Amino acid sequence: MTALRIPPTGLRFENIDKRYGGLFALRRVSFEIAPGECVVLAGRNGSGKTTLLRIAAQIVKPTAGKLSFPGVGSPPSASGRPGYVAHATMVYDELTAEENLLLFAKLQDVENPAARAEELLREVGLIERRDSLVRTFSRGMRQRMAIARALIHGPSVLLFDEPATGLDPPGIAWLANSLRELHRAGCTVLMSLHGESEISALATRAVQLDAGSVVADTKFGASLHSILTFGSAGATP
Amino acid sequence: MGKRIILGAVAILLVIAAAYASFYVAPEERTMGPIQRIFYFHVGSAWAGLLAFFVCFIGNLMYVWKREPKYDWLGVAGAEVGLVFTTVVLITGPIWAHPVWGIWWTWDARLTSTLVLWLLYVSYLLLRTLVEEPGRRALLSALFGIFAFIDVPLVFGAIRWWRTQHPSPVIMGGPGSGLDPTMRKVLFFSGLAMCVLMAFLIVERYALEKMRSEVDILKREAEAQ
Amino acid sequence: MSLLSNTAILLGKELRTEFRSRELLTTTAVFILIVLVLFSFEINPGTEEAREFAPGLLWLAILFASSLMFQSCFLREQTNDTLSSLRLAVSDPFAIFLAKLIANTLFLLLTELLMLPFFAIFYNIPLWSKLPVLILVLFVGSLGISIVGTAISAISAQARMRELLLPLLLLPLLTPVLVVSSLVTASLLDREPIVQWKGIGFLAVFDLIFLTALWLFGEYLLEE
Repeated sequence: MTALRIPPTGLRFENIDKRYGGLFALRRVSFEIAPGECVVLAGRNGSGKTTLLRIAAQIVKPTAGKLSFPGVGSPPSASGRPGYVAHATMVYDELTAEENLLLFAKLQDVENPAARAEELLREVGLIERRDSLVRTFSRGMRQRMAIARALIHGPSVLLFDEPATGLDPPGIAWLANSLRELHRAGCTVLMSLHGESEISALATRAVQLDAGSVVADTKFGASLHSILTFGSAGATP
Repeated sequence: MGKRIILGAVAILLVIAAAYASFYVAPEERTMGPIQRIFYFHVGSAWAGLLAFFVCFIGNLMYVWKREPKYDWLGVAGAEVGLVFTTVVLITGPIWAHPVWGIWWTWDARLTSTLVLWLLYVSYLLLRTLVEEPGRRALLSALFGIFAFIDVPLVFGAIRWWRTQHPSPVIMGGPGSGLDPTMRKVLFFSGLAMCVLMAFLIVERYALEKMRSEVDILKREAEAQ
Repeated sequence: MSLLSNTAILLGKELRTEFRSRELLTTTAVFILIVLVLFSFEINPGTEEAREFAPGLLWLAILFASSLMFQSCFLREQTNDTLSSLRLAVSDPFAIFLAKLIANTLFLLLTELLMLPFFAIFYNIPLWSKLPVLILVLFVGSLGISIVGTAISAISAQARMRELLLPLLLLPLLTPVLVVSSLVTASLLDREPIVQWKGIGFLAVFDLIFLTALWLFGEYLLEE
């Protein structure tokens, strides 16, 4: 699908704490993702998945602990940061699809931004609507727009926060296919999901969070199925 | 705890002594009569107020740097205590002005600047009531507090320039009016008393905020269960 | 990616967004107009004493209008959480502020220039000969208003009652700008005009101080 601009890297969380007021949103979260792994982050609402993803995206700073990208050294500069897709599209409604992608491409020092924007619009199937304001897009189209934005700088680490929300079955099929290709290209993926689906089937590993702590990890023998369906806690690290 | 009580006792004693000095030690002013004695509290409170806001500023800077809640407690203590002393300045000014000039408010440069200063820190406290999450509240009010404090010299400077263009009666005499040596001593003593009182009030307010913060954490933890 | 090039790109985005809809410009301009008209009921426009008050009223109108104008500054980045994608995409978060404050200064200046003819007509004040210096004063004053306004917009966007909070935080901070700009403008438009370079210098210093403060502390304003 999209050529990676930087070599694949892993993701390492070391004793990550995040406190809001007196409450811990995350408590001593530690695990490492190897380059090229596709990991599902599972857990009930409020278990800390979104917070952990936002920390990995470097939008939120942990109260304690360290985030690192083994293979890259210090936290990457803008052009090397992970691609992040969340509930919000993080694109401008008042700009066209193409203008949005050009904006982010230029900011992140992408070579030949116009060509790259066009390439991505084609890949997500929005080339026909390149000159339409994002305000006019449907939910599914916005999701594809968000993914295009996340991929514009060719990141090798991808973070998805419940990417299938609001997508219809064709949309979900498209997303699963895209993820499969990105994974094949060598991207490291960390995504939060609910339940089993076409998308969770792509995962090579799953980590379960509960009340801000890691309670199960398939790397240590827990069953993927039970994690995804919030079964009893499996083997913990 | 013992130290706090001693500080409080010292503060109260100094204030009483300063009051005595203002009434009995300082000579009567030639033209204005007894009402002028309020000058010692007025100026002393002004110094204490500014110093308290400076403490708030230091707390704000430290919080942005270290993110430890104790600096937030220091900030709010400094702001509230500073506001108390500033209010005293704003009340004693007109109390003095009315018998002497016949009007309550003269838009004197320093008094007007003090009014703006008062508004700035009222806004600081208002901001705090409008942010729920303690960490966010601390950070946002610290940043506003920093902006407010660096604005203070600019406010005083601008209003002073305004008054040179449009002169009006100056409360308690301008910088040119000389001070009798005894008056000067009483003034400094009064200022010292006010500052010690300020320190005591900040310590107490800090302790109160610390307790409040701990109760708040316990409450949130209980609600989360 | 340098600070300047990031700022230029973001500035392009701010300008493009605004000139496409022109909502901010039109509403701000009309607001200043309304305030100028309302003020004229309070003083005797056209008389000598009105001429004394008029410059101050102009700056009051600008200040009030700006406290409306800055509402949307960071709120519009909250609708789709574009603030997060911007923070991810830029190397120096100060670029976000710099682009916004330059854009805001331009918008403010543009509306002021649009309102100047009305001001001259309503209050019977000839402006033409003093236009260059007047524009300089408007610029230095508006720059200060924008720097502080952009910062405060970032703060109030994260609090409750943000529409009321923004003017409450902004206006006391801008007292020096109001006072000095009014004085300088009044001297300039007087029967015997004087250019108060000291005042203009003061405004420039104000701008520099707050720009530096924003540069030092801006990234903390954007934290989550």
